[in-house]
Amino acid sequence: MAQHEILIAGFGGQGILSAGRILAYAGMLENKNVSWLPSYGPEMRGGTANCNVIISDEPIGSPILNSATVLIVMNSPSLEKFESYVTEGGMIITDKSLVTRSPLRKDVDVYEIPATQLASEMGNPTYACIILLGKFIAITGAVSKGSFEEALRKVLPEKYHKLIPEEMKALEVGMEYEKA
Amino acid sequence: MGEKLLMKGNEVIAEAAIRAGCRFYFGYPITPQTEVMHYMAKRMPEVGGTFVQAESEIAAINMVYGAASAGGRVMTTSSSPGISLMQEGISYAACAELPLVMVNIVRCGPGLGGILPAQCDYFQSVKGGGHGDYKMVVLAPCSVQELYELTVEAFNISDRYRIITMILGDGILGQMMEAVEFRDVENIQNVEKPWAVTGTGMKREHNVITSIYIDPEVLEAHNRKLQEKYRLIEENEVRVEEYNCENADVIVVAFGTVARIVKNVIKTAEKEGIKVGLIRPVTLWPFPVKTFEKYATVPKAFLTVEMNAGQMLEDVKLAVNGKNKVDFLGRMGGMVPTQKEILDKIKELIW
Repeated sequence: MAQHEILIAGFGGQGILSAGRILAYAGMLENKNVSWLPSYGPEMRGGTANCNVIISDEPIGSPILNSATVLIVMNSPSLEKFESYVTEGGMIITDKSLVTRSPLRKDVDVYEIPATQLASEMGNPTYACIILLGKFIAITGAVSKGSFEEALRKVLPEKYHKLIPEEMKALEVGMEYEKA
Repeated sequence: MGEKLLMKGNEVIAEAAIRAGCRFYFGYPITPQTEVMHYMAKRMPEVGGTFVQAESEIAAINMVYGAASAGGRVMTTSSSPGISLMQEGISYAACAELPLVMVNIVRCGPGLGGILPAQCDYFQSVKGGGHGDYKMVVLAPCSVQELYELTVEAFNISDRYRIITMILGDGILGQMMEAVEFRDVENIQNVEKPWAVTGTGMKREHNVITSIYIDPEVLEAHNRKLQEKYRLIEENEVRVEEYNCENADVIVVAFGTVARIVKNVIKTAEKEGIKVGLIRPVTLWPFPVKTFEKYATVPKAFLTVEMNAGQMLEDVKLAVNGKNKVDFLGRMGGMVPTQKEILDKIKELIW
């Protein structure tokens, strides 16, 4: 039984909630059970945002993550807050352009990607989160590239569909980054 | 079978209402249920319905009273402090036997409180937050799909019995996204409403919708009629999920979001050789008393878990009726009970 418990955290405006939603949608398109829970509490007002995404072969119990198999972080405060959430053998993917220190955990796989820098080079820094998701998808196979593309089509309003090839390119940048 | 969509709980409530034939919505924005209003503001005009953002919750509930009196399928949604403001109108509508649907996506109180998930309005919903001897049917969904099913059902129940039906949820349920399938609503029961004030057309006597009965004998008779209706609902409309209860070491009682956390706990406990059952009341009123009678002596103890200081706990104790121990675990203020603390409590009960 595979269950991916994904915690994506960073600042508001980095596309964290949207990226999580696309990921969940992709899982649903593969007939997996999915849930997406945004942070909507007072911490949002301070500018941080996070979301809990679960993709599972089994029916999902609680949508609230007390721990995560994957942590994707896009700012330093979120690494401080959530590093301990990751289960042993899980993974942490950081945006090295924004997260100032490396994760301290030795019992998880760590991937540090200068995602915001790579996205800026592509001409749109908001693709950073998609780049990080690319790494996650490449390692775990939680959803396929095709499902992700289909999810983009479902989630994005029609007028943004012209951006989909760019978003997919960002996903591939992440998937290919420092591939062993 | 419809297509599966990934949608927010709050939006699903609104879409369900539209599909159930709701054509009147009155409300006032408040987190964490504002998305219901957003969605309604866009969707209602598309189906030729009426959407009004009222000047306050008090105005909204009285608009609802008016639309229901005229026989419309009508809904309002709010969150705890807003629902408190509506209590006078709720009591009036209960007395006037108006079918209407309300949604409370609960905030953590008391007072202005906070916007994080809580279940601290159980008493207010189930015991009557307003004045007088009245009841509302209270439905407690635990998933986005169930939000759809139960919102549709709420309209049916309201019309069938001329009663207020309330959906009681929390911020997690309202804010989360899950897959939802809008199965065809075959059971839209467009109940005839010969009592509605729709104009006589000079063909019949005037219908009167009122909540004032000055004559005590008349008012007592009206109260008896209401009570008879409530007994009928208790007989016919109980909904409950029983899960893993046979031979359970401990039966946990939880509703809404908390029941989902308990389902995770059940799996973990099983690995440790502990059999945990779950009774999840789907109707908080009418309360599933018979289920408790059935299992009263089965477990070593019952454990009620709620996001409040112990409200449903009282109904569980009444239903278990002294035949077993009933313990409680509660978190407040927007704190959500963790799987670990529930499991620890279960172990404490059996060892």
